[in-house]
Amino acid sequence: MDVLIAIKDNITVQEALEFIQSPACGGEVIFAGTIRNNTQQRPVTHLFYECYEPMAISEMQKIADQVKEKWAIQKLVMLHAIGDKYPGDVAVVIAVASAHRGIAFDACEYVIDILKETVPIWKKEFFADESAH
Amino acid sequence: MGILLFGVVRETVGSSVLEYPAAINDVASLKRWLYEEYPSLKQLSSLLIAVNRTYATDNQAFSNTDEVAIIPPVSGG
Repeated sequence: MDVLIAIKDNITVQEALEFIQSPACGGEVIFAGTIRNNTQQRPVTHLFYECYEPMAISEMQKIADQVKEKWAIQKLVMLHAIGDKYPGDVAVVIAVASAHRGIAFDACEYVIDILKETVPIWKKEFFADESAH
Repeated sequence: MGILLFGVVRETVGSSVLEYPAAINDVASLKRWLYEEYPSLKQLSSLLIAVNRTYATDNQAFSNTDEVAIIPPVSGG
């Protein structure tokens, strides 16, 4: 399984798609998490993401190791953005390619679910009323 | 190297690095010390400690040569 893991200021769906494309794969699944302009109907101006980078990379690698054990996935990408992010910006991209679509959907959902539980990345929300949470 | 702080813990303490408290050398006692010094941390849904970039259990020991970090509830994605 080929793996691309990165945490950086700006990420794109395109770079993930380029990494997973392979003539051996017939199923490519991409999840893009983007910044919403509201949280529970409160208008959000922007988010700030920070991470404990060496541990975050290590935890993402552990998820990749689990994927490799569970499924016959051929390509896996995990990208996370940090810094100030505004509505519409891409915060996270998970991309998976395999011979057939079924396991690619399963693996993609697994990766984003576990990433949100274990990877030390934090977001702070800034609201239009100038409060922050 | 001090103890690394992130997110709401960094904001609560007012610094991104905390000096190793004297006589604290395991995860459980570090958590007890943090809750005593910064009672508002008790309101968090979880407070984990990482030792050398791996989540640690309460009985894990560490010294000031280890990389120790306080991990408040994560919220990536």
